[in-house]
Amino acid sequence: MEEAVVNVPLEQEEYIINMGPQHPSTHGVLRLVVSLKGEMVQNVQPHIGYVHRGIEKMCENLTYQQIIHLTDRMDYLSAHINNEAVCLAVEKALGIEVSDRVKYIRTILSELTRIQSHQLFWATYGMDLGGLTCFFYGLRDRELILDIFEETCGGRMIVSYNTPGGLMNDIHPNFQKRTKDFIKYFRKTLPEYDRLLTGNVIFQERLKGIGRINREDAIAWGLTGPVGRASGFSCDIRKHNPYSAYDKVTFNEILYDEGDSFHRYQVRMDEMWESMNIIEQLIDNIPEGAYAEKMKPVIKLPEGEYWQSVETARGELGVFIESDGNKYPYRMKFRSPNFVNLAPLNIMATGFKIADLVAINGSLDLVIPDIDR
Amino acid sequence: MKFNIYDLTSFTQWIDSSLRASMSPGWAVTVEMIIIGLAILIFFALIGLFLVYAERKVCAFMQNRLGPNRVGPGGIFQTVADLVKLLFVELVPIKNADKILFNLAPFIVIVASIMAIGALPFAKGLQAIDLNIGVFYLMAVSSMGVIGVLLAGWSSNNKYSLIGAMRSGAQIVSYELSVGLALITMVILAGTMQLSEMIEAQRWGWFIFKGHIPAVIAFVIYIIAGTAETNRGPFDLAEAESELTAGYHTEYSGIKFALFFLAEYINMFIVAAIATTVFLGGWMPLHVYGWDGFNKVMDFIPPFIWFLGKTFGVVFVMMWLKWTFPRLRIDQLLTLEWKFLLPINIFNLLLMAFLVLAGWHW
Repeated sequence: MEEAVVNVPLEQEEYIINMGPQHPSTHGVLRLVVSLKGEMVQNVQPHIGYVHRGIEKMCENLTYQQIIHLTDRMDYLSAHINNEAVCLAVEKALGIEVSDRVKYIRTILSELTRIQSHQLFWATYGMDLGGLTCFFYGLRDRELILDIFEETCGGRMIVSYNTPGGLMNDIHPNFQKRTKDFIKYFRKTLPEYDRLLTGNVIFQERLKGIGRINREDAIAWGLTGPVGRASGFSCDIRKHNPYSAYDKVTFNEILYDEGDSFHRYQVRMDEMWESMNIIEQLIDNIPEGAYAEKMKPVIKLPEGEYWQSVETARGELGVFIESDGNKYPYRMKFRSPNFVNLAPLNIMATGFKIADLVAINGSLDLVIPDIDR
Repeated sequence: MKFNIYDLTSFTQWIDSSLRASMSPGWAVTVEMIIIGLAILIFFALIGLFLVYAERKVCAFMQNRLGPNRVGPGGIFQTVADLVKLLFVELVPIKNADKILFNLAPFIVIVASIMAIGALPFAKGLQAIDLNIGVFYLMAVSSMGVIGVLLAGWSSNNKYSLIGAMRSGAQIVSYELSVGLALITMVILAGTMQLSEMIEAQRWGWFIFKGHIPAVIAFVIYIIAGTAETNRGPFDLAEAESELTAGYHTEYSGIKFALFFLAEYINMFIVAAIATTVFLGGWMPLHVYGWDGFNKVMDFIPPFIWFLGKTFGVVFVMMWLKWTFPRLRIDQLLTLEWKFLLPINIFNLLLMAFLVLAGWHW
């Protein structure tokens, strides 16, 4: 405690506060060491690793079917998409072409995952900015998607529905109807979000021009997902390198040039509309076919290096597998979007106020377990 | 003694005269003070508990939830249970905190709000003290609470608390001006600072109707500034849960925290009560000149029901604001006050003075 007395830096220029690892606005166990001058942020230093579980190392002792379940625990809000990334990588390595049915279902579920992730973003972002009602509205609608997941996948958040070569089970008979009902409902409800939060003067004043990052910097820092697209960096993997059924649907890549917190928010709001469009194009046309290819119980990938990237709700998730021909991967590496998106927080937040730091941090929509893995 | 709920003057005078009959005048005054003090304390606790419950129910209603519904019918005893729990919570001692100031801070906050309650007219004849500078007194004591908030932030030896306290200081000092000017606008209209006279002047029309546009502007400004004064959303920067964890009362626990918490709600009640008294006619029923039958019906409702009804109406508006709007940033907060509210307020004051001089206000 003696040290604490010395540390109160009233004589110094900088006033250092420690946001996290237990802080309401860091959405997990992220620790930000913030130097302040008055209310102005001078420097932000993210400290990560509080939920490091060594997932990449653990993968080296697990079969590919088992790895799927670990990927759920990285970005738990994009659990289905994470599963899909590993499955696609394994299928690519084995040269398996899954049936169209699997592709369609995977795509629909991916987009549902994206919507529920953005709903949670909207909910928590409103809360970050002090609008507590948003949280309940967001969760109310997210519940409907989780119910669809529960029925078809068994899990609500941690779905583990994919498996190399297809899906665990076929879809539930109610799946199509419930999904269509949800789309119908959410098309009516989403404008409510805009009325409550987006159009609010205080909300817009809080966010416009805050935490701006331009296109060159966004590319240089490797920002992907809504964060990158808000800066005008066209980085949608679904568009540029289509996987599953994304080449069969038409949708727009949402791009803005401003690169501030408000447009990062706006990209996500628009993406929910696009996701609904994608689902509507697919949901009635799910072709008949096998829900899974016949796979060997033990999958051994041929020797070599494999890479597959997918677009999660937060950006590009890359899966790198190096195989030595064994049933376990020799090395497994995930390129997680959150880790990369967190990196430029310092240059985004410097010069703004501490309340803006919360707004910027929220607009990055970080999921901490994905950073730490 | 004939008890009349429409005019409590006879009731209070009966207490006074019977006390004076049985003891010396000095003792009578002392006993009266004790009675009033106890009554205010009981009212304070009851209204605090009720408002916490009301806020939870209102926000649940806004947020599509049920709110407390387990303890008692409709969860009405939930806040009592919470308070009992807070009474038994350990008071965590804070190392390197300034102990005297740390313990003093909640009491300053509480005392400021108790003093304000003392001068509020609840019904005809039900007012502890009817000062001839009532409005001025209310403004003076209600701005005392900020000292407690500043002390709490300073003495906690916590960086979040200090930031919260500094924000609160800047905020309350700024918005005090708007509250004051909005009330002065109405004082010009009423021509008096005495609350009982102000209410009497609203017998044939509340000031918000009588004062034309300036009164409406003053009312809106008063509600905004009053919400800011109580440190409630969207002006809850001093607590700013998502930024400063809990702001100035981060380090407080148990009953000391409960005092801050109660004071926040009591302050909300006081702000709403002042708005009721000055703008909405206090305990005066709604009268329309010439509609005798209507006025009779309105008079049938007892004055304290009118007062509490109007006050809780204003409280509901303040809760509505809190659960709808996101929080402002400190610079936007000060910009709103110094660049918008204050100039509008000064202009409004001149407009009202002109209106009163021209005699257009009746």
